[in-house]
Amino acid sequence: MPDIISKDGSVKADSWVVVPRPAEGEALELSGAPSLIPMDLWLAGRDQFKGRSDIGVWLESHDEPEALEGLVNELPLIAVNFPKFSDGRGYSIGRLLRERFGFTNELRAIGDVLLDQLQFMKRCGFDSYALREDKDSSKAAACLSFFSNSYQAATDTNVPLFRRRTS
Amino acid sequence: MYVYDEHDRQILAERVAQFRDQTDRALSGELSEDEFLPLRLQNGLYVQRFAPMLRICVPYGMMRSEQLRRLARVTRDYDKGYAHFTTRQNVQLNWPALEDVPDILSELAEVEMHANQTSGNCIRNTTTDQFSGVQTDEIVDPRPYCEIIRQWSTFHPEFAFLPRKFKIAVNASEHTDRAAIQVHDIGLQIVKNDAGELGFRVHVGGGLGRTPMVGPVVRDFLPELDLLTYLEAVIRVYNRYGRRDNKYKARIKILVKALTPEGFAEKVEAEWAHLKDSPSRLTSEAIARVQAYFTEPAYDTAANQGDQLAALRFENKAFDNWVTRNVDTHKVDGYAIVTLTMKATGTPPGDVSDRQLEQIADLADSYSFGEVRITHQQNVVLADVRQDQLFELWQAITPMGFATPNLDTLTDIICCPGGDYCALANAKSIPVAEAIQRRFDNLDFLYDLGKIDLNISGCMNACGHHHVGNIGVLGVDKKGEEFYQISLGGSSHHDATIGKILGPSFAQDDMPDVIEKIIDVFVKNRTDEEEFIDTYRRIGLDPFKERVYA
Repeated sequence: MPDIISKDGSVKADSWVVVPRPAEGEALELSGAPSLIPMDLWLAGRDQFKGRSDIGVWLESHDEPEALEGLVNELPLIAVNFPKFSDGRGYSIGRLLRERFGFTNELRAIGDVLLDQLQFMKRCGFDSYALREDKDSSKAAACLSFFSNSYQAATDTNVPLFRRRTS
Repeated sequence: MYVYDEHDRQILAERVAQFRDQTDRALSGELSEDEFLPLRLQNGLYVQRFAPMLRICVPYGMMRSEQLRRLARVTRDYDKGYAHFTTRQNVQLNWPALEDVPDILSELAEVEMHANQTSGNCIRNTTTDQFSGVQTDEIVDPRPYCEIIRQWSTFHPEFAFLPRKFKIAVNASEHTDRAAIQVHDIGLQIVKNDAGELGFRVHVGGGLGRTPMVGPVVRDFLPELDLLTYLEAVIRVYNRYGRRDNKYKARIKILVKALTPEGFAEKVEAEWAHLKDSPSRLTSEAIARVQAYFTEPAYDTAANQGDQLAALRFENKAFDNWVTRNVDTHKVDGYAIVTLTMKATGTPPGDVSDRQLEQIADLADSYSFGEVRITHQQNVVLADVRQDQLFELWQAITPMGFATPNLDTLTDIICCPGGDYCALANAKSIPVAEAIQRRFDNLDFLYDLGKIDLNISGCMNACGHHHVGNIGVLGVDKKGEEFYQISLGGSSHHDATIGKILGPSFAQDDMPDVIEKIIDVFVKNRTDEEEFIDTYRRIGLDPFKERVYA
């Protein structure tokens, strides 16, 4: 199990399981642990999953978060997969889920999550990070707090520096 | 020019500390090569053929004398005593040691310089016309907008891992385009609409490299205050939908082409509708704050000595040549724009020694209010020189090698560092430039030829902008040997055009002869008033082909 880092850099225990997409023709298998399932499968079985606090979804970096418009807060947790750390689509997905679709529950980065991405993820609305297992979670807090200020607005602040300077 | 406030200083200091930590983790092996790669690239650090190369940012080409002096010191203390001006108005060090880079950055930060986002798949340095603020036909000074874009794009959390690099250029002149905006990922042309309001015509998807394209217009008029929200919409669409499966198809131009400019524009408009009224919309006060840093210096009307200048030009042909070629008209009577050429034959285009950097700093202090601009043609501009000091300045810079009166001529070559330095290059570029400069060393002949852009790139990455050279030279690798392919008819100006390939490539030794034949065809066919590009457009590629491959 990867360490789950919170926004403040603390490490928490967590029992959420990312359920991979089943092979063609296979059914989704849930273990009983709180489960993150592929977004489209949740949408397809929404009637059955509705109201369950132990079922969330995960998005692939090419998935369109628009599919969850109006439904996001039915989910206790949404995870976005970063298949490679150099794939930056997840940052846009995070901002859209938060700023456009109003998701207020936990948003988690999963996949190739390294220490130096945490600062960007945090600003784009992610509040937990499944750090890749070979990385040192004790350094997460420092990596999340290198910057005390930023020029542009994002999910964390909607007031860009130019407005703070002239107000 | 822009001066940092406490926010800028704090953010930069934090960035230097962060990079020091990242470098420590890389050196200790905690970060793998692959993991460190994007981190160092976003800090301008490449691993080159012989040593790391550090690309230092010069925002839209502007530098103060104290910054030049600090650069000189850094090249002496950490490098081999010279630097290289790039084709995107930046400065490169060719020999720094990896473990020294955090110290270099901290020395640079003391004079408000950095290497942020000079490389990597992120938003790069925003470039503009080197004559901004002093030229006669400018709608408004573009530099405050460049600075606003610089701040907005710095450590933008959503756009640190784009499919590919992303370059923005701004132009404000109505008649010329010295920033080559139509071959940038986003080109912003400052315009006024019929109501007299200021805004931007937005080109998206221009670029050089493997698939050279002139950027189509995706919005005719973007109101000034909507600049940042619109940029955010464009780049969000690119971040989400740009190709990531093939790095040669990952630039935004490929996406624009695939969706068609109209289809792309629609997607951007739909995204922008959500963003345009957010707090990221600029305010007049925010623009005014930045504009206040780009005010005019205290011009002296007594500097206007037209008769004296005319007499000096009449008496001294060499001075007259230099004024004709290397001095441009300033918007204020009595002042002039002087371009110091860094292209003396025998020196790699754009290379400057530590001593020269200090000389340039001294010249800036003595003759141009302490500021200079780096041009994308790899020269240096003193933008505010008193007319009555031109002769004195010319005398001062002639022995320094900055007065070669070849600006915009065939020997004012744009050239990348090439195979002598760059790990990506297929072929050397600097020796080719030098051989051509040696062949065409007769100034009167050069002047007769008029304006010719000759651009040389050592590989398809096109750092030397060969596609938009009137004559473009591209280094290619043929079974391990270096060859050069020629294209003709490119232009980076308002009439931006991608050049056409002449035919099979040539060996390095043949290059001066080949260029001479091309020039010969031009000379035989030109009419009195034609520049090279005009003749080419009239007669086409064939006459050149026939002569060169005869």
